Amino acid sequence: MLDGVSEARGEAALSSSDTARTNPARNHIPGEIGIWLFVAGDLLVFAVFFIVIALGHVQQPEVFAQGRALLNMWVGVLNTLLLLTGSWFVAIGVDKCRTTSKPVGSHYFALAILCGVAFAANKTFEWGGKISAGFTPATNDFYMYFFIFTGIHLLHVIVGIGVLLLVRSVSRRPALARRDIATMESGATFWHLVDLLWIVLFALFYLL
Amino acid sequence: MNRGKTGVLSDATTLAWLILVVATGLGWWLGQTGQASTRGAALATSGVIIVAFLKVWIVAFQFMELRYAPRWLRHAFDAWIIVICLAILVICLR
Repeated sequence: MLDGVSEARGEAALSSSDTARTNPARNHIPGEIGIWLFVAGDLLVFAVFFIVIALGHVQQPEVFAQGRALLNMWVGVLNTLLLLTGSWFVAIGVDKCRTTSKPVGSHYFALAILCGVAFAANKTFEWGGKISAGFTPATNDFYMYFFIFTGIHLLHVIVGIGVLLLVRSVSRRPALARRDIATMESGATFWHLVDLLWIVLFALFYLL
Repeated sequence: MNRGKTGVLSDATTLAWLILVVATGLGWWLGQTGQASTRGAALATSGVIIVAFLKVWIVAFQFMELRYAPRWLRHAFDAWIIVICLAILVICLR
Protein backbone atom coordinates (compact mmCIF):
# COMPACT_ATOMS: atom_id res chain seq x y z
CA MET A 1 0.00 0.00 0.00
CA LEU A 2 1.48 3.31 -1.06
CA ASP A 3 1.00 6.40 1.05
CA GLY A 4 0.18 9.74 -0.59
CA VAL A 5 -0.85 10.15 -4.19
CA SER A 6 1.09 7.70 -6.32
CA GLU A 7 2.80 9.19 -9.36
CA ALA A 8 3.57 5.96 -11.12
CA ARG A 9 4.56 6.84 -14.65
CA GLY A 10 6.00 3.71 -16.20
CA GLU A 11 4.33 0.70 -17.71
CA ALA A 12 6.56 -1.50 -15.59
CA ALA A 13 5.35 0.27 -12.49
CA LEU A 14 1.76 -0.48 -13.43
CA SER A 15 2.54 -4.12 -14.15
CA SER A 16 4.19 -4.63 -10.78
CA SER A 17 1.85 -2.81 -8.45
CA ASP A 18 2.43 -5.49 -5.81
CA THR A 19 6.00 -4.30 -5.43
CA ALA A 20 7.40 -0.86 -4.69
CA ARG A 21 8.57 -0.16 -8.24
CA THR A 22 6.94 3.22 -8.68
CA ASN A 23 8.11 6.80 -8.83
CA PRO A 24 8.01 8.78 -5.58
CA ALA A 25 4.73 10.20 -4.38
CA ARG A 26 4.22 13.79 -3.35
CA ASN A 27 5.12 14.47 0.28
CA HIS A 28 7.42 11.48 0.17
CA ILE A 29 10.45 11.56 2.46
CA PRO A 30 13.17 9.67 0.57
CA GLY A 31 14.49 6.77 2.63
CA GLU A 32 14.09 6.42 6.38
CA ILE A 33 13.71 9.36 8.76
CA GLY A 34 16.94 8.31 10.51
CA ILE A 35 19.08 9.18 7.48
CA TRP A 36 17.61 12.70 7.48
CA LEU A 37 18.50 13.13 11.16
CA PHE A 38 22.05 12.15 10.21
CA VAL A 39 21.98 14.56 7.23
CA ALA A 40 20.81 17.39 9.52
CA GLY A 41 23.59 16.67 12.04
CA ASP A 42 26.24 16.46 9.33
CA LEU A 43 25.04 19.69 7.70
CA LEU A 44 25.35 21.51 11.03
CA VAL A 45 28.86 20.13 11.65
CA PHE A 46 30.05 20.99 8.13
CA ALA A 47 28.46 24.45 8.41
CA VAL A 48 30.93 25.10 11.23
CA PHE A 49 33.79 23.77 9.06
CA PHE A 50 32.76 26.04 6.17
CA ILE A 51 32.63 29.11 8.43
CA VAL A 52 36.04 28.26 9.93
CA ILE A 53 37.60 28.01 6.43
CA ALA A 54 35.96 31.29 5.32
CA LEU A 55 37.28 33.02 8.46
CA GLY A 56 40.75 31.66 7.67
CA HIS A 57 40.59 33.29 4.22
CA VAL A 58 39.83 36.65 5.82
CA GLN A 59 42.19 36.43 8.80
CA GLN A 60 45.22 35.03 6.91
CA PRO A 61 44.69 36.09 3.29
CA GLU A 62 48.33 35.59 2.21
CA VAL A 63 48.72 32.16 3.81
CA PHE A 64 45.46 31.00 2.23
CA ALA A 65 46.22 32.52 -1.21
CA GLN A 66 49.65 30.82 -1.25
CA GLY A 67 48.23 27.53 -0.06
CA ARG A 68 45.47 27.59 -2.66
CA ALA A 69 47.90 28.57 -5.45
CA LEU A 70 49.89 25.39 -4.73
CA LEU A 71 46.85 23.13 -5.01
CA ASN A 72 46.28 21.51 -8.39
CA MET A 73 43.00 22.98 -9.59
CA TRP A 74 42.46 20.13 -12.05
CA VAL A 75 42.57 17.54 -9.28
CA GLY A 76 39.75 19.45 -7.58
CA VAL A 77 37.76 19.87 -10.80
CA LEU A 78 38.17 16.17 -11.67
CA ASN A 79 37.05 15.13 -8.18
CA THR A 80 34.02 17.42 -8.41
CA LEU A 81 33.04 15.93 -11.77
CA LEU A 82 33.54 12.40 -10.39
CA LEU A 83 31.17 13.02 -7.47
CA LEU A 84 28.59 14.85 -9.60
CA THR A 85 28.62 11.98 -12.09
CA GLY A 86 28.46 9.43 -9.26
CA SER A 87 25.37 11.20 -7.87
CA TRP A 88 23.83 11.23 -11.33
CA PHE A 89 24.34 7.45 -11.63
CA VAL A 90 22.86 6.88 -8.16
CA ALA A 91 19.79 9.03 -8.92
CA ILE A 92 19.20 7.16 -12.19
CA GLY A 93 19.79 3.81 -10.44
CA VAL A 94 17.14 4.54 -7.79
CA ASP A 95 14.76 5.71 -10.52
CA LYS A 96 15.31 2.54 -12.55
CA CYS A 97 14.71 0.35 -9.49
CA ARG A 98 11.37 2.09 -8.89
CA THR A 99 10.16 2.14 -12.48
CA THR A 100 11.42 -1.01 -14.20
CA SER A 101 11.15 -4.61 -13.16
CA LYS A 102 14.58 -5.51 -14.57
CA PRO A 103 17.50 -5.21 -12.14
CA VAL A 104 19.32 -2.63 -14.33
CA GLY A 105 19.64 -0.23 -11.39
CA SER A 106 22.56 -2.24 -10.01
CA HIS A 107 24.70 -1.32 -13.07
CA TYR A 108 24.28 2.36 -12.29
CA PHE A 109 25.21 1.79 -8.64
CA ALA A 110 28.34 -0.07 -9.83
CA LEU A 111 29.30 2.94 -12.00
CA ALA A 112 28.74 5.26 -9.02
CA ILE A 113 30.99 3.05 -6.88
CA LEU A 114 33.70 3.37 -9.56
CA CYS A 115 33.35 7.17 -9.39
CA GLY A 116 33.76 7.02 -5.60
CA VAL A 117 36.84 4.80 -5.83
CA ALA A 118 38.37 7.12 -8.48
CA PHE A 119 37.70 10.10 -6.18
CA ALA A 120 39.42 8.38 -3.24
CA ALA A 121 42.40 7.36 -5.43
CA ASN A 122 42.74 10.88 -6.84
CA LYS A 123 42.55 12.37 -3.34
CA THR A 124 45.19 9.95 -2.07
CA PHE A 125 47.57 10.91 -4.93
CA GLU A 126 46.92 14.59 -4.22
CA TRP A 127 47.67 14.16 -0.51
CA GLY A 128 50.73 12.02 -1.26
CA GLY A 129 52.08 14.67 -3.63
CA LYS A 130 51.56 17.42 -1.07
CA ILE A 131 53.13 15.47 1.79
CA SER A 132 56.16 14.43 -0.30
CA ALA A 133 56.59 18.09 -1.31
CA GLY A 134 56.79 18.96 2.38
CA PHE A 135 53.25 20.25 2.97
CA THR A 136 51.64 18.70 6.04
CA PRO A 137 48.89 19.73 8.48
CA ALA A 138 51.70 21.33 10.54
CA THR A 139 52.78 23.64 7.66
CA ASN A 140 50.17 26.34 8.29
CA ASP A 141 46.46 26.83 9.00
CA PHE A 142 45.52 26.45 5.32
CA TYR A 143 47.07 22.99 5.09
CA MET A 144 45.78 22.03 8.54
CA TYR A 145 42.20 22.84 7.45
CA PHE A 146 42.80 21.27 4.04
CA PHE A 147 43.98 17.92 5.44
CA ILE A 148 41.47 17.76 8.33
CA PHE A 149 38.32 18.81 6.47
CA THR A 150 39.02 16.99 3.19
CA GLY A 151 40.11 14.02 5.36
CA ILE A 152 36.76 13.97 7.19
CA HIS A 153 35.08 14.25 3.80
CA LEU A 154 37.20 11.40 2.39
CA LEU A 155 36.01 9.28 5.33
CA HIS A 156 32.45 10.06 4.18
CA VAL A 157 33.36 8.95 0.64
CA ILE A 158 34.77 5.65 1.92
CA VAL A 159 31.68 5.00 4.07
CA GLY A 160 29.57 6.03 1.05
CA ILE A 161 31.27 3.42 -1.13
CA GLY A 162 30.36 0.78 1.48
CA VAL A 163 26.78 2.09 1.54
CA LEU A 164 26.57 1.92 -2.27
CA LEU A 165 27.84 -1.68 -2.23
CA LEU A 166 24.92 -2.50 0.08
CA VAL A 167 22.49 -0.53 -2.11
CA ARG A 168 23.76 -2.42 -5.17
CA SER A 169 23.21 -5.79 -3.55
CA VAL A 170 19.67 -4.80 -2.48
CA SER A 171 18.93 -3.58 -6.04
CA ARG A 172 19.75 -7.04 -7.45
CA ARG A 173 16.85 -8.69 -5.63
CA PRO A 174 14.24 -9.96 -8.10
CA ALA A 175 11.32 -8.28 -6.32
CA LEU A 176 11.79 -5.08 -4.39
CA ALA A 177 9.60 -4.44 -1.37
CA ARG A 178 8.90 -0.92 -0.06
CA ARG A 179 11.51 -1.51 2.62
CA ASP A 180 14.13 -2.29 -0.05
CA ILE A 181 13.33 0.91 -1.91
CA ALA A 182 13.55 2.87 1.37
CA THR A 183 16.96 1.30 2.07
CA MET A 184 18.17 2.30 -1.39
CA GLU A 185 16.80 5.83 -0.99
CA SER A 186 18.56 6.19 2.36
CA GLY A 187 21.86 5.06 0.83
CA ALA A 188 21.36 7.39 -2.14
CA THR A 189 20.59 10.31 0.19
CA PHE A 190 23.86 9.71 2.04
CA TRP A 191 25.80 9.60 -1.24
CA HIS A 192 24.26 12.86 -2.45
CA LEU A 193 25.15 14.45 0.90
CA VAL A 194 28.79 13.46 0.29
CA ASP A 195 28.53 15.12 -3.14
CA LEU A 196 27.04 18.38 -1.91
CA LEU A 197 29.52 18.76 0.97
CA TRP A 198 32.37 18.40 -1.54
CA ILE A 199 30.86 21.10 -3.79
CA VAL A 200 31.29 23.65 -0.98
CA LEU A 201 34.72 22.34 0.12
CA PHE A 202 35.91 22.55 -3.51
CA ALA A 203 34.80 26.18 -3.77
CA LEU A 204 36.35 27.17 -0.43
CA PHE A 205 39.72 25.44 -0.93
CA TYR A 206 40.34 25.63 -4.70
CA LEU A 207 38.35 28.57 -6.04
CA LEU A 208 38.40 31.38 -3.46
CA MET B 1 12.20 2.38 -26.53
CA ASN B 2 13.32 2.02 -22.97
CA ARG B 3 12.94 5.73 -22.34
CA GLY B 4 9.19 5.43 -21.91
CA LYS B 5 9.68 2.94 -19.12
CA THR B 6 12.13 4.94 -17.07
CA GLY B 7 9.81 7.79 -16.15
CA VAL B 8 10.57 11.49 -16.34
CA LEU B 9 12.95 11.47 -13.37
CA SER B 10 15.93 10.40 -15.48
CA ASP B 11 15.47 13.24 -17.96
CA ALA B 12 15.28 15.88 -15.22
CA THR B 13 18.17 14.15 -13.45
CA THR B 14 20.33 14.27 -16.58
CA LEU B 15 19.46 17.95 -17.11
CA ALA B 16 20.46 18.62 -13.47
CA TRP B 17 23.78 16.82 -14.02
CA LEU B 18 24.46 18.90 -17.15
CA ILE B 19 23.71 22.15 -15.32
CA LEU B 20 25.98 21.04 -12.44
CA VAL B 21 28.85 20.32 -14.85
CA VAL B 22 28.42 23.70 -16.60
CA ALA B 23 28.19 25.42 -13.20
CA THR B 24 31.46 23.73 -12.18
CA GLY B 25 33.08 25.29 -15.26
CA LEU B 26 31.54 28.66 -14.40
CA GLY B 27 32.82 28.41 -10.80
CA TRP B 28 36.30 27.54 -12.09
CA TRP B 29 36.26 30.55 -14.46
CA LEU B 30 35.07 32.90 -11.69
CA GLY B 31 37.78 31.54 -9.38
CA GLN B 32 40.49 32.11 -12.02
CA THR B 33 39.18 35.63 -12.68
CA GLY B 34 39.08 36.53 -9.00
CA GLN B 35 42.57 35.18 -8.35
CA ALA B 36 44.12 36.89 -11.40
CA SER B 37 43.16 40.46 -10.57
CA THR B 38 42.15 42.63 -7.64
CA ARG B 39 39.61 44.54 -9.72
CA GLY B 40 36.32 42.70 -9.61
CA ALA B 41 37.72 40.23 -7.09
CA ALA B 42 34.81 40.77 -4.70
CA LEU B 43 32.35 40.13 -7.50
CA ALA B 44 34.19 36.95 -8.52
CA THR B 45 34.32 35.76 -4.88
CA SER B 46 30.57 36.33 -4.52
CA GLY B 47 30.06 34.47 -7.80
CA VAL B 48 32.11 31.46 -6.65
CA ILE B 49 30.14 31.21 -3.38
CA ILE B 50 26.70 31.73 -4.95
CA VAL B 51 27.39 29.24 -7.78
CA ALA B 52 28.57 26.65 -5.21
CA PHE B 53 25.37 26.96 -3.15
CA LEU B 54 23.18 26.93 -6.27
CA LYS B 55 24.87 23.62 -7.12
CA VAL B 56 24.12 22.39 -3.58
CA TRP B 57 20.48 23.35 -4.08
CA ILE B 58 20.25 21.45 -7.39
CA VAL B 59 21.78 18.33 -5.79
CA ALA B 60 19.27 18.58 -2.92
CA PHE B 61 16.23 19.39 -5.07
CA GLN B 62 16.75 16.88 -7.87
CA PHE B 63 19.21 14.17 -6.74
CA MET B 64 18.07 14.00 -3.09
CA GLU B 65 14.48 14.20 -4.34
CA LEU B 66 13.53 17.10 -2.09
CA ARG B 67 11.25 18.19 -4.95
CA TYR B 68 8.93 15.38 -3.83
CA ALA B 69 9.54 15.84 -0.10
CA PRO B 70 7.15 17.45 2.41
CA ARG B 71 7.37 21.23 2.48
CA TRP B 72 8.91 21.37 5.99
CA LEU B 73 11.87 19.23 4.91
CA ARG B 74 12.42 21.20 1.70
CA HIS B 75 12.21 24.51 3.50
CA ALA B 76 14.53 23.38 6.30
CA PHE B 77 17.12 22.43 3.68
CA ASP B 78 16.62 25.70 1.77
CA ALA B 79 17.03 27.62 5.03
CA TRP B 80 20.38 25.88 5.69
CA ILE B 81 21.59 26.73 2.18
CA ILE B 82 20.55 30.41 2.43
CA VAL B 83 21.90 30.96 5.96
CA ILE B 84 25.31 29.33 5.32
CA CYS B 85 25.68 30.97 1.88
CA LEU B 86 24.91 34.42 3.36
CA ALA B 87 27.22 33.81 6.35
CA ILE B 88 30.15 32.92 4.07
CA LEU B 89 29.39 35.89 1.78
CA VAL B 90 29.36 38.28 4.76
CA ILE B 91 32.61 36.85 6.14
CA CYS B 92 34.44 36.98 2.79
CA LEU B 93 33.20 40.41 1.68
CA ARG B 94 33.33 42.47 4.86
